[in-house]
Amino acid sequence: MPSTVSMTVNGKSVSKEVDDRTLLVQFLREDLHLTGTHVGCDTSQCGSCVVHVNGRSVKACTMLAAQADGASVTSIEGLAAEDGTLHPMQEAFREHHGLQCGFCTPGMIMSAVDLLQNNPSPSEHEVRDWLEGNICRCTGYHNIVKAVLSAADEMRGAAKAAE
Amino acid sequence: MAPDGIGTALRRKEDKRFITGNGHYTDDLNRQGQAHAYFLRSPLAHARIRSIKTADAEKADGVVAVFTGKDVQAAGLGGLICGWMVKSKDGSDMKAGAHPALAVDRVRYVGDHVAVVIAETLDQAKDAADLIDVDYEELAPIVATADADAPDAPRVHDEAPDNVCFDWEIGDKAATDGAFEKASHVTRMSLINNRLIPNAIEPRAAVGEFDPGTDSYTLYTTSQNPHVARLVLSAFVGIAPEHKLRVVAPDVGGGFGSKIFIYAEETICVWAAAKVKRPVKWTAERGESFLSDAHGRDHVTEAEMALDADGRILGLRVHTKANLGAYLSTFASAVPTYLYGTLLSGQYAIPAIHCEVRGLYTNTAPVDAYRGAGRPEATYVVERMCERAARDLKMDPAEFRRKNFIQPDAYPYQTPVIMTYDCGDYPRGLQKALENADYANFAKRRSESEARGKLRGVGFSSYIEACGIAPSAAVGSLGAGVGLWESAKIRFNPTGNVTVYTGAHSHGQGHETSFAQLISSYLGVDPANVEVSHGDTAQTPFGMGTYGSRSLAVGGSAIFKAAEKVIEKGKKIAAHLMEASEGDIEFKDGKFTVAGTDNSKTIQEIAFSAYVPHNYPADLEPGLEESAFYDPINFTFPAGTQICEVEIDPDTGVTEIVNFVAVDDFGVIINPMIVEGQVHGGIAQGVGQALLENCVYDTATGQLLTGSYMDYCMPRADNLPSFNIGMIETRNPSNPLGVKGCGEAGAIAAPAAVMNAVTDAIGMEIQMPASPERVWRAIQQNRQAVAAE
Repeated sequence: MPSTVSMTVNGKSVSKEVDDRTLLVQFLREDLHLTGTHVGCDTSQCGSCVVHVNGRSVKACTMLAAQADGASVTSIEGLAAEDGTLHPMQEAFREHHGLQCGFCTPGMIMSAVDLLQNNPSPSEHEVRDWLEGNICRCTGYHNIVKAVLSAADEMRGAAKAAE
Repeated sequence: MAPDGIGTALRRKEDKRFITGNGHYTDDLNRQGQAHAYFLRSPLAHARIRSIKTADAEKADGVVAVFTGKDVQAAGLGGLICGWMVKSKDGSDMKAGAHPALAVDRVRYVGDHVAVVIAETLDQAKDAADLIDVDYEELAPIVATADADAPDAPRVHDEAPDNVCFDWEIGDKAATDGAFEKASHVTRMSLINNRLIPNAIEPRAAVGEFDPGTDSYTLYTTSQNPHVARLVLSAFVGIAPEHKLRVVAPDVGGGFGSKIFIYAEETICVWAAAKVKRPVKWTAERGESFLSDAHGRDHVTEAEMALDADGRILGLRVHTKANLGAYLSTFASAVPTYLYGTLLSGQYAIPAIHCEVRGLYTNTAPVDAYRGAGRPEATYVVERMCERAARDLKMDPAEFRRKNFIQPDAYPYQTPVIMTYDCGDYPRGLQKALENADYANFAKRRSESEARGKLRGVGFSSYIEACGIAPSAAVGSLGAGVGLWESAKIRFNPTGNVTVYTGAHSHGQGHETSFAQLISSYLGVDPANVEVSHGDTAQTPFGMGTYGSRSLAVGGSAIFKAAEKVIEKGKKIAAHLMEASEGDIEFKDGKFTVAGTDNSKTIQEIAFSAYVPHNYPADLEPGLEESAFYDPINFTFPAGTQICEVEIDPDTGVTEIVNFVAVDDFGVIINPMIVEGQVHGGIAQGVGQALLENCVYDTATGQLLTGSYMDYCMPRADNLPSFNIGMIETRNPSNPLGVKGCGEAGAIAAPAAVMNAVTDAIGMEIQMPASPERVWRAIQQNRQAVAAE
């Protein structure tokens, strides 16, 4: 059965008729052509599809599009500023070589941003623990962890400067 | 050297698109009017197909077409091939069972392709596949590697009695037997190299297209070597003549070997596009990847090492059974033979080696190259044996290795198993690793662990690998059906920027950056003004793709050769423009200078002139674009020592890696940041194999028990430590760059280092993966045995 879902995606209002079984990740990729959010598994294990729904990280293959009706969704495409200025987490991944093939990267970055929203000063252990739901096959996580810790420093510094 | 040339940790050019969600992976592509393919797969490991009824499915909502193996056969399509002929020791050819893209009358593993449904949407294709009625006559399966050649084992292919595809040998049997006769000690081990699933996080995908106006096909696919895919699909499968078939591999989300091979799905998508007159798209679900991506490893080995009283290795004898799965995949026969047996000398001067390998069919997914391919299996045998031998002889494992190393003045060194090592310095690598691991204080740390009730162990792995796969003459003599050179084309555009076309393929290795750094070093062009083009047979000269750590050693050398030609051509133009003789023109740092003068032209000025040749003499050809093909003279031999230190909780069996040191010799380093990243990833996969990952089939039914991330234990951020990476450099004398290759080192070395550490900690041998349960059981057994004494 098709029904209409409406939500705000990366700051823009969208409204589309979708099949009831459409997952949020399918809605983003196929209906909105936002292909930065990836699908790497079918059991909600790999985390390639992580987006933010109402500010919290969610595996977009675990949620129906209809469940996000009325929500505010941010995908990797909406993370950088309007003028293209990268989010500190995006910068940190590039600076610390926290990616290789790049496929898990959008989900990894979205998860990491949510971690810092909850815990601005995570320890290495806490970073590793938080990223348990995101699989990377290329980097061995070494540089991802480095990138997240560095972004945390950067963002705390920026927050302090803004005070 | 221009800024950001060789040796600089330049940040990656490709990253911007990946961190902003603007990459273009195959599943991101959607063609106008495309239909979706869904493959019906065998639920049984082994069965005869009595009939397939597709009428209901064909009538279902949205269905465009349903095809079975008989349709493919009737269309005259060839099956999938293995490109490497291996002969048995009696001189007979390997027994290659037919491999149709869709099964015709028999299925041979769970996940084997039975039919394809093409529909308007993927959901409709899946719904319709449920309506296909297949009448199977179930047959007994054979799964276990060790039992596959038993006389009463079910037979997978009629062509291969006893399921033996080949019974191959390498080395000198008589000399090896002689070494064992004079040995004062023999160390023996039974080793299982556990089967793995590659698990690139991007699942395989394909979009096939047909243009009826030109009778030409395009296949977008997740391939590590699009030109070879085109060659195979054209010459053997018979999709279309090569010039009517374009294969494009856009951004590829990791390969690790699994995307080298030509699979049924991409074959069917491109073939069916012409049948249904629409683009046809397929993307694997992870469950399909588990079932039908080619798996890796799966060896059962009995090994013996002959030693003299001083701890010197006299000989090595190896018997291996290698599981090939149900069909021969593209490289399958090469992996457990020429990529394995030829590396059994390791870093050691071993006078005599003999190895026998039986390649066996089973009712499991095809097994082929996975990161390292054959070399991790060889290293595992050699390095587990060395550590065991040292312990048997009560020698320090570092001292044992030092004593047996090939010495730095011994190159070129001819091993008893074909390879001629060209350079290396194994004692220096070991020494640096010992220092970085603070090996001198290990005993103290072990006591501290014991005081806390924990078991601590340390393990070594002094690995070697043969990379830069080619030379063509060598692989040809070993049975390869192709040459293994590489191509490059350098095109200067009129405004002075550069496009480099390479036959190598990047799926995470950072070629766009490191290849641009080569251009920066050789031609003095800022990397920001260099674009690297790869992965499209319509764009690049024919190339052999990326695997076996060959991109820089072979592909980079082709770029070097093309750059030499650019300089040569540039000198002609510079000589004309500056009215000098060509012999007086020197090229350095991006400038052509008349020797002994300050008269010079930048390479950008030369490029512009080349495209605006208003006053050129008749014999000076316009344009600045050169290509080169490079066939190396030898493999490259990266080597190093990894040292792993673990602490084990005897109450839970959980192993924690408390330190992991790697010191590698990759020759000249182009981009140290990228190289370290490659080492990290390789170690993670090696640690994964040693502690976590295991592909398990039910031996009675042939069902895949580890068919999802719920069951197959992938290394996650909290399973791994940060790594301690170091380098030494011996310049490779066999290629112009002096490079060796780095992509597989970690996966090759780490399993032995980790297992040597685990077995050192618990004081007994166990097989991979050293899961908490296995370790805990071993500790309990040990305790009971001690109590009984």
